[in-house]
Amino acid sequence: MASPEDLIAPKPPQLFEARRKIFPKAVRGSYRNLKWAIMAVTLAIYYITPWLRWDRGPYAPDQAVLVDIANRRFFMFAIEIWPHEFYYVAGLLIMAAIGLFLVTSSVGRAWCGYACPQTVWTDLFLHVERLIDGDRNAQIRLQKAPLGPSKIAKRVTKHAIWLAIALLTGGAWVFYFADAPTLARYIVIGQGPTVAYATIALLTATTYVLGGLMREQFCIYACPWPRIQGAMLDEKSLLVTYKYWRGEPRTHGLKRAAPAARQPETDKGAAPMPGVPSLVALAANPELAPKIGDCIDCNACVAVCPTGIDIREGAQIGCITCGLCIDACDEVMDRLDRPRRLIGYSTIADEQAAGEGRAPEHPMKRLFRPRAIAYFLIWASIGLAMLFALGTRSRLDLSVSQNRNPVYVRLSDGSIRNTFTLKVRNMQSRPREVEVSIEGLPGGALWSEGGAREGAANSLRLSVPADKVTKLRLFVAAPSDGPPRSDLTFRVRALDAEGGEDTHQIHFERPETGR
Amino acid sequence: MAEQRVDEKTGTRTVGHEWDGIEELDTPMPRWWLYTFYATIIFALGYVVAYPAWPLVHDATRGVLGWSSRGEYAREVAAEGVRRSAVREELARIPIERLPENSKLFEAAVAGGASAFKVHCVQCHGSGAAGSKGYPNLNDDDWLWGGDLKMLVATITNGIRQPGNDATHVSMMPAFGRDQLLKSDEIEDVASYVRIVSGQEKPSASAQRGAALFATNCAVCHGANAKGSRELGAPNLTDKIWLYGGDRESLVQTITNSRGGVMPAWGTRLDPVTIKMLAAYVHSLGGGEAIVPQPSPSPTEAAPAPSANGKP
Repeated sequence: MASPEDLIAPKPPQLFEARRKIFPKAVRGSYRNLKWAIMAVTLAIYYITPWLRWDRGPYAPDQAVLVDIANRRFFMFAIEIWPHEFYYVAGLLIMAAIGLFLVTSSVGRAWCGYACPQTVWTDLFLHVERLIDGDRNAQIRLQKAPLGPSKIAKRVTKHAIWLAIALLTGGAWVFYFADAPTLARYIVIGQGPTVAYATIALLTATTYVLGGLMREQFCIYACPWPRIQGAMLDEKSLLVTYKYWRGEPRTHGLKRAAPAARQPETDKGAAPMPGVPSLVALAANPELAPKIGDCIDCNACVAVCPTGIDIREGAQIGCITCGLCIDACDEVMDRLDRPRRLIGYSTIADEQAAGEGRAPEHPMKRLFRPRAIAYFLIWASIGLAMLFALGTRSRLDLSVSQNRNPVYVRLSDGSIRNTFTLKVRNMQSRPREVEVSIEGLPGGALWSEGGAREGAANSLRLSVPADKVTKLRLFVAAPSDGPPRSDLTFRVRALDAEGGEDTHQIHFERPETGR
Repeated sequence: MAEQRVDEKTGTRTVGHEWDGIEELDTPMPRWWLYTFYATIIFALGYVVAYPAWPLVHDATRGVLGWSSRGEYAREVAAEGVRRSAVREELARIPIERLPENSKLFEAAVAGGASAFKVHCVQCHGSGAAGSKGYPNLNDDDWLWGGDLKMLVATITNGIRQPGNDATHVSMMPAFGRDQLLKSDEIEDVASYVRIVSGQEKPSASAQRGAALFATNCAVCHGANAKGSRELGAPNLTDKIWLYGGDRESLVQTITNSRGGVMPAWGTRLDPVTIKMLAAYVHSLGGGEAIVPQPSPSPTEAAPAPSANGKP
């Protein structure tokens, strides 16, 4: 709030605002436990995944999740994605986006509060800070204390542990891009690739700066999600909400009187308080009871907030809906013997209803509203479509392009030759024998680069190496009498037990005059 | 001018604009944000000092680091040259007839030949080597002088009808009309006959006369069966490929005035490795011929020479 002097003689506009340092207080409760659980699961997934093995035989790496940039492959358990199948990744990104809409419209900014890496690592860094410096009050004291040996020791320890966590974080990331045990050995003996060290250094720096130093500043000033998510919320989305109708007016000092005032016959010994009607008068005429809110303005909800906001000011960009203020307030309400969830997850619509004395909507009805169902259907159909495509995709793929300079060549016997470039993709992790043949071209014969026309036939066999694209130049000759352009189908067929084939239709070009 | 005031609730100045009762607070930026902005200014100043930045009338500031994009380019070209030197050395060592055995080296040679072709050969033979009238199509299977790797190297090195080069391909067709060796109706008769042997015309009295004229005048180079001779660069007249056209008018032109294309002797302009690469590229276009194994003169090389194509 502005002081009266400010209003009379405003300070000149500032170019910048100094950071308001936040010392979030430790808290216990159900949401805190949920955060612990999610932190444990997400960090475990992040650190363990690259070390899971998956046997793919001798021709492919046996790392379960591997982004093999050098060979342009993406391995994920039984699934192997090739660059031309990148639409699966695009599909996953679209699913992630729609999933974010779905989650946000139903349960609010759950991503921000629980699963966002910035939240998870910041939380981890806060715990380290409490371990070294103590809880909120100790931290504030330490901040104000002059620089001495003890403060220096604590600061050095804290930043050292932060850097160690950051290093482990950055270090874990590179293992997704190479065989983890091999890379780990090379990194330790100092012979890892430069890009690995650079990536580790970069991610160590960003983790340390974002999680340790910037913390909530990143959420408020740099991150676009709060803005996007804020726009996706409506009056039926779950938000961390201060129940204004129940908490206001805030009552400093009246806390003990509150239960007494409502149950006068059980507590007749309570002393009258200034400004409060005497219990006798209240008993005679309950109408005289002043409205006493449950909020005692103890600021517990503000003290525990990792982004330093006051939730009682309503929904705001700084609120990541982590629910820690709910735990803090519940603790206070328990001590006051008042019902919990003065601050709680609720919707704007429910709070309006509660304020007007109406019953809130059934949670199920809120979850299964048309908007959420629509998001879910879109999300699920993309997922099903991708699963279907994944289940039916061929592991043998053919693409053909026609060499157009020149379009055709007349041979000495008068026949016409076209040249094609075939790419046969063998997406199995073992070599395969395949047969390439042409169909639909009467009198046509094909031979490959390095072969000779004398050996030309209707088909040829070749071996395609494991996990490789074989590029092949094919010459196709056909008699010159025919339409300027006739259909030609290339067919590639696997000769091994798994089978599989692919075709590609293209044109055979002749000179207009025939001859 | 909009009226500036201090917002009562926050104690922050407003910027003074108002839209539909909504006012904008003049909230200050966070300090680190501002410092980052200053840092970018300092960086820009340093950049201007270190790198070429300021355009002058005829030049630009050089920058204290001495960096230039031309210098960078020269460095990259030099590095690329070093990178390629191993392949070039290998290509220099290997005899051209052994090149197809090493498929990787052959591929590299084809790639190098393709780019050399784009620089030196496309002016006559076209970017796809398809040639045009008078300039042979290098994709087809018809060769005046031979289409195996060895002959391609020889042809590129020494050229065709290049004065002063003893190894160049030389042959001369007489200008039968201009030099009055044949009369014009005789030339018509020969043209009729040539069109019969190439399957373009039906037998006629003119062609019968032409057959006799062909036997006395043309068979010495083109052969009694008109299939040509590679030693003399005399084209096969029975096939469907015509360098100067196979229609009657073109044939009469050819017999009357003769033909004789020229190609530079590239051996004086290109190094042997580039010529090998060009030969490999031309050979790969689809008309390349296998080297016919010669009876080997020494008993140590009695093993049959490998086929140029590697595959049957």
